[in-house]
This record gives sequence, C-alpha cells and structure tokens, in this order.
Amino acid sequence: MPNPAHNSATHELGWLRRAADHLATGFAGLAAILVIVPLLAIFAYLVIKGVGSINIAFLTQTPKPPGEAGGGMANAIVGTGLILAVSSLIGVPMGIGSGIYLAEYGRNRFGDLVRFTADVLNGVPSIVIGIAVYSLVVVPQKHFSAFSGGVALGIMMIPTVARATEEMLLMVPNVVREAAYGLGIPKWRTTLSISLRTASAGVITGCMLAFARVAGETAPLLFTAFGNQFWNLKLNQPTAALSLQVFTYAISPYDDWHKQAWAGALILIVLIVAAVAAVRITTSRGMMKGA
Amino acid sequence: MSDSVDPMNPTEPLGQIQKPATAIPSMAQVSRERKPAASTVLQKIRTSQPRASRIPDAVFRVIIVLSAVSVFAIVVLVAWELIDKSRLSLHQFGIGFFYGHDWDPVNGSFGAMPFIYGTLVSSFLALLLAVPLSLGVAVYITEMCPQRLRAIISFLVELLAAIPSVIYGLWGIFVLAPLLREYVEPFLARTLGWTGFFSGPMYGLGMLAAGIIMAIMVVPIIASITREVLTAVPQNQREAVLALGATRWEMIRMGVLRNARIGIVGGIILGLGRALGETMAVTMVIGNRPEVAKSLFAPGYTMASVIANEFSEATGDLYLSALVEIGLALFLVTLIVNALARLLVWSITRGSPGRTHA
Amino acid sequence: MGVGIEVRGLNAWYGKNQSLNSIDMTVAANHVTAVIGPSGCGKSTYVRCLNRMHETIPEARAEGSVKVGEMDVYGSGSDPVEVRRRIGMVFQKPNPFPTMSIYDNVAAGLKLNGFRNRKQMNELVERSLKLAALWEEVKDYLHKKSGASLSGGQQQRLCIARALAVEPEVLLMDEPASALDPISTSKIEELIFQLKQHYTVVIVTHNMQQAARVAEFTAFFLMGSLIEYDKTEKIFTTPADKRTEDYITGRFG
Repeated sequence: MPNPAHNSATHELGWLRRAADHLATGFAGLAAILVIVPLLAIFAYLVIKGVGSINIAFLTQTPKPPGEAGGGMANAIVGTGLILAVSSLIGVPMGIGSGIYLAEYGRNRFGDLVRFTADVLNGVPSIVIGIAVYSLVVVPQKHFSAFSGGVALGIMMIPTVARATEEMLLMVPNVVREAAYGLGIPKWRTTLSISLRTASAGVITGCMLAFARVAGETAPLLFTAFGNQFWNLKLNQPTAALSLQVFTYAISPYDDWHKQAWAGALILIVLIVAAVAAVRITTSRGMMKGA
Repeated sequence: MSDSVDPMNPTEPLGQIQKPATAIPSMAQVSRERKPAASTVLQKIRTSQPRASRIPDAVFRVIIVLSAVSVFAIVVLVAWELIDKSRLSLHQFGIGFFYGHDWDPVNGSFGAMPFIYGTLVSSFLALLLAVPLSLGVAVYITEMCPQRLRAIISFLVELLAAIPSVIYGLWGIFVLAPLLREYVEPFLARTLGWTGFFSGPMYGLGMLAAGIIMAIMVVPIIASITREVLTAVPQNQREAVLALGATRWEMIRMGVLRNARIGIVGGIILGLGRALGETMAVTMVIGNRPEVAKSLFAPGYTMASVIANEFSEATGDLYLSALVEIGLALFLVTLIVNALARLLVWSITRGSPGRTHA
Repeated sequence: MGVGIEVRGLNAWYGKNQSLNSIDMTVAANHVTAVIGPSGCGKSTYVRCLNRMHETIPEARAEGSVKVGEMDVYGSGSDPVEVRRRIGMVFQKPNPFPTMSIYDNVAAGLKLNGFRNRKQMNELVERSLKLAALWEEVKDYLHKKSGASLSGGQQQRLCIARALAVEPEVLLMDEPASALDPISTSKIEELIFQLKQHYTVVIVTHNMQQAARVAEFTAFFLMGSLIEYDKTEKIFTTPADKRTEDYITGRFG
C-alpha cells in the first residue's frame, strides 16, 4: 500500500511563488492606474484649457474668419443639436422596431440574419458609413446637408438601440404577455403598452447610450454635413457641428482657434457625460418595473 | 330569498356540502387527458379575438418586419455603394492596387500599400500596448480589487470609451505629442535607437503617437469583454484551485484566465476591429505622410485617415473611386475581424442573447 | 498516515451573521467522520473553516483554534496556501478543469507546488488515480480526454484523485455524492471506506443513510452549534439529545 508521506513530493511555499503573487497584484494595480491616468489627464486638460475660452461670445457667435480673434461656436452647437435630432428621429424608431422584431417575431433564421446584420453594422468604421451616405444622399441631392449627416449618425444608432430593445424585451416574463392575451388584448397593443413599457427603462438607456456615442462622431460628418462657418437651420444645407469644428480648429495653425477647439471639446464632453450619467442614474434607480 | 346558503348565516349545519353539478373526474381520468400546449392555447385566444384587432395586428407586424428588413437593407446598400463606386478603380488597378507604393493623385496613379502598412502597424502597436493593460485592469477589477473600489474603477474605464475620437485627437496633438517629442522619444532613441524602430527626426506626431492614442481607445473594449468572460467563469473553478493550495495569482492563472482564454482572444480581436477603423484621433496625430518607414517616430498614413483627409477634395472620378476602394477594403476587413471576434466571445458567455423569453 | 483534528472554540461569520457558535470537536485520525444536520445548520461552513476556504468569501471570517496534526491552522504564522495544500477538499458539484486533460487535472496541484520531475509526476498521477479507483477506466486516455469529458461519477473521482495527488493529511468532502446517481454514489462510498486507511476523512452529508454507511463517527449540527458528536451507531440508535433524535427520525430537516 502506498504510503502518502506528506512533504515527500512537495515543499514549503517557495519565495518565488509568493513573489510572483505580489508581482501579479502589483502589475494589475499598475495597469489600472496607467489606464485611469490618461482619462483623468484628458478631463483635466479639457477643463483647464477649455473653461477659459467659454464665454458669452463663444456661445452666441459664429466663427470669425481665420486669423481674426474672437468669434464662437454657436452655430456648431445648434448644428450638432439639429443633426442629432434628425439622427434620433431615424435611429430610435428603426432601432426599437428592429428590437421588437428580434424579440417578438424573430426567433427564427431570418431573425438570426437580422441580428448578425445589426452586429455587422455596429462594427463598420464610421468613415465608411460616411462614404455610403455621401453616395446615397449627398450625391443625388447635389449638396451637403444636415439631413445627410443625420442619416449617417442615425444609421449608427440603430444597432445599439436594437440590441438594447431586444434584450430588455426578452427579460419581460412571458406570463405577462400571456396574461394580456388572455384578457383579449391584441398583440400589437400588448407589445407596445405592456412589454415595451415594462422594458422602457432599459430601452431608454440604450437610446441614450447610442446618442452619447454618435454625439461625438466626426468622421461620418466630414462629407455629409460638411460643416459651415455660418448659421444654418435648414436641413438641406451644410451644417456646422461641434465635433467637426473641434477637428477643423485643432488642425489649424491658429492659436486662437486651438483655444476654441478646447472649449468646443469641453462642451461636447459635457453633453456626452450628461447622457452617460443620466443612463447610470436611471439604471441604478431600481431598473425595470415588473420584470 | 335565494336558495343558496349564506356562509355568514348558515341555516343548515356547515357539515352539509353542496354536491357539485358535474362529477369530479378521478385522478386517473385527469392524468389521461393531455394538457393542451401553450401555443395552441394562444392560437385559440388569437383566433377567437374579434376581427377588428386582426388588421391592426397585421399592420403592426408589417411595420415591425419592415424595420428589421431595413436594417438588413441598409447594410446591403452600404456594401453595394462601396462596391459600385470603387468599380472604376478596381477595374483600373486590379489587385496591384494593394501593393502599389505610389499614391499620386496628380498623375492618376494610386497604390494603397502605404495606407495598409500604416493601418496594420498602428493597430498592431496599439494592441501591443493595450492587451497587457486591458488584461491587467480586467483582472484587477474582477479578482483583486477591494469591493468598494470596484464600481468606481469600472465606471472610469467605461468612461474612456465614451470620449469621442476627435477629443482624443485634440489631446494627442497638444498634450501627448509634445510629451513624446520632449521626453519619451529622446529617451527611446538613446536606449533603443539601435533597433532601428526609434530613430530619425522626432516630431512627436507620428506612428508612435498614433499607436499610443489608439491603445488608450481600445483598452475599454478589451477590458470590458475580458471582465465579462472572467466573471462568467464559475466560482467552483476558483475554489478548486485554491483548495489545492494555490496563491491568488496561481488561482487566477489556472482557474480563471485559463478557462476564459477563448473569450479573451475574442475581446482582443474585437479591439483590433475597432483599431482598424479608427479615424479621427489617428488622423490628427499620425502625420499623414504616405510613407513606409521602419522607425516609429516617422509619420505614417492609415486607410481611414487618407479617406478622411482627401475624400471631400478628391478631383476626378478615379481619385474618388480609389478612395472608395480603400473604404471597401476597410469594410471587408473589419467585417471579417468583427465576425470572428463575436463568434469567439459568444461561445464563452451566453450564445445569442436570450433564445427564449424569461 | 492521516492525522487528527482538534477544534476549540471555532466561531464563524458571514458579514454580521454568526454561522458557527464556539465549536469544540476532536476528529479521530484515520477514521471517517460524518457531519450531518438540516440545511443551514453550518455543516458546510464548519468544514470549510478547517482548510481556511471559508475566508475566501468576501465579508466572511472565522476565529478559534483548529489544529490539524501539529499544524495550527489559524495560528499567527500560518499560511492559508500551505494549509490548503495539506488539507484536501472535494466539492459537492464535481469541478474538474475543463481545459485540461485527465493527467493535467490530477497533476495540477503538483505543478502548482513546483513539481518538475516528469517520472515522479507520472508515478504520483497513477497512484492518485488508483487510490481514487479511476485508474483502470482512464489509463488509456490520460492525455487525450479532457477532464470534463468524463461522466459525473468519474469526474468526482477525478477530483478526488486531484486532491490526493498533493498528499494531504486530511480529506474534506462536502456532500461529494449528492450530485451523482446511485451507482456512482456507492462507488464513492466504497472509495471513502478505502481512503480512511491513509487519510482522515471528514464528510458532510445530508443523507443519513450515507452517514450510517461510511462513517465511524458522526457529528450533528443545528443552527450553528454542535449538538451531539459520538460513534455513528450511538447517534443513530440511542441519541443523547432530543434534537438529534428528532432530526434522525425525520421530524424536521
């Protein structure tokens, strides 16, 4: 009979193993620090360099010609709002509609295809979307426009909204639906008034996340909205946008414009962080009712 | 007065039970009858609904299906436009487009090699920096971090993903590039210059700056997927390793990372997909010179950057077509990379999101 | 050879809830001791305190004195990693490493402890698998099949082999057969009977017949306290405490 004399095959915990353990902990902690430092640095610089240039003039005036001091990004702020409004009008309904399809009607091969397609769309580089929308909207219309910018961003919103909608709807228990059917409520009303309402917090979260993501996008606007030095409120004209303006000013040789770029960036990040924070608050406040 | 017994004022002793109108089926009878499946119950309910609601239901269904179909249609349209508008260039240059070194709009000769090189090198560099950092952060958050810090750190890492590319570029131009030019690049040139990767004029802007910025942008993606797959490893695997007498790092290595490695690779590939398509930040810091150079200090040019910079000023159909062809290549590459990544990640976490209702 | 376990004044908490109240118990060397009791009585917690697995749960802590042989488990110089190497544990749900072969599963503990010698490792793996009564069934697939490809009962025996490979002095088993079918269960019980020649075994079980079959001593826990601890026949035929009797006769739990 084998005799398991202890410590014959193993030995006391080597200093090497202990050292490896400490080293691993140290490295992981260091990684966390190294990742957070740029984040904090970016925010710090945005505030330090941007705050000084945000004033009434910045918020209410349009850009001055290059080289001249002063001017502002008012048109860009409004332009961003205009473009985002269009994109939300396109992206949210289509996203929610697709999400409803995937959850309620699409538990089949075609549904799989749509889901896969939405994922593909999610991964397409934003500049490629810009090229496609340029070709599909700008060329036939023969001009750059806020509308085409909205279309490009709206398309980018769809996958995020669709996935959030699908996931949230799937979390609504089937018994809720069956209870509604049992009461004679038709499917369309059940889906909208009951399932969707139950899932609403999560769906809204998805919409806000999609919004926050496209709010900062620049590439697809480069050849759709194109940018504009002046005011524009018309959907079929080129329009300024915060992200575009920041880009143009940042790569310009003018110091004044650099300062304004920081200011514009600060406003942009505030917009985005507000959306993300709103998401966090709604999700932490007891998520979905009735799930 | 009704004949029914008033339970509050029974006139008869409560021992008398009303005989049920129909005979109570025996247990044998009940078990013999099959319960109708839920779907036939639903069918019965649906067909028994008044006709008035059948039409709105049908209309609703059409609208919903249309939304789904249009998602599919959009992707097909995008692909089609890319193929169609690059036809001219495809026809003109053929496969040589992808290893031609010469990008000469003036003379109408277009070779995309410098951009492919730039995209690959910058993405590779970004991954080289991002992967250890992301894995480190993910392991720290899931396995090592004190409970109280966990929410804050993970929130901060996710916040990195929320920062728009153009703001990274802005920071890259005015903060990172000077930092590289003044301190980091001279240091690297002194110590590792002999390798040939850190030589030549130091502008600050260039491939190194692009790689670093992209790394920061890609970290949140890899980290969040890694966190997901690490958390998905069942607790009993960790306990199994600990019970054998393992240090915490050994437990992580053998019981967690090992089990999650497929998903981690998926996350890395997803990060690669993001890096390949990254446009604004890279454009702002990479220097935008279509050259193939060994040194990381040298400026470069990526596929996305050349489109961003030159598309709206492209004169002539061939020029535009060449740029669209680069866009098509980008589309196809990211398509493949992302599909591969999704496959890997989903095989670990949960398969398709929820196949059944809760 | 196994060693005895001396427990004095063991208390354990999950956060603010006390789950073990001052347990005193002496476990006999080279015998099988069963720990029984209704759900939530603290039997799993108790056993997990013996090899310091309890404290791996966040907010959980334990205090008291546990001596396994000469090793003072909660002593000031004691290293939990070493404690866990010398006290083996088998869990309720078999948890072999799915990414490793059968051989690598058994050798996992050895590799952790810095074992390099191939030949000795082969011998130890074979010996452990034989001890776990699994050798004959898997000897041709040691490197080819993964740990997860075995049946439930085989997986559990693999986990036992894995635990034995690092040559512990004590083997703790937390309801090792409760997730298995009757045939695998009886194989495990047979195994336990063999193992006690070399090891001290403490087995948690909710199955009183199992305790009666395999264990020489039985401890009855209720609501975090040790109610009665004696030879198995005595517990099951003439229990001293009424609460023990109530549990044995099925009045609760």
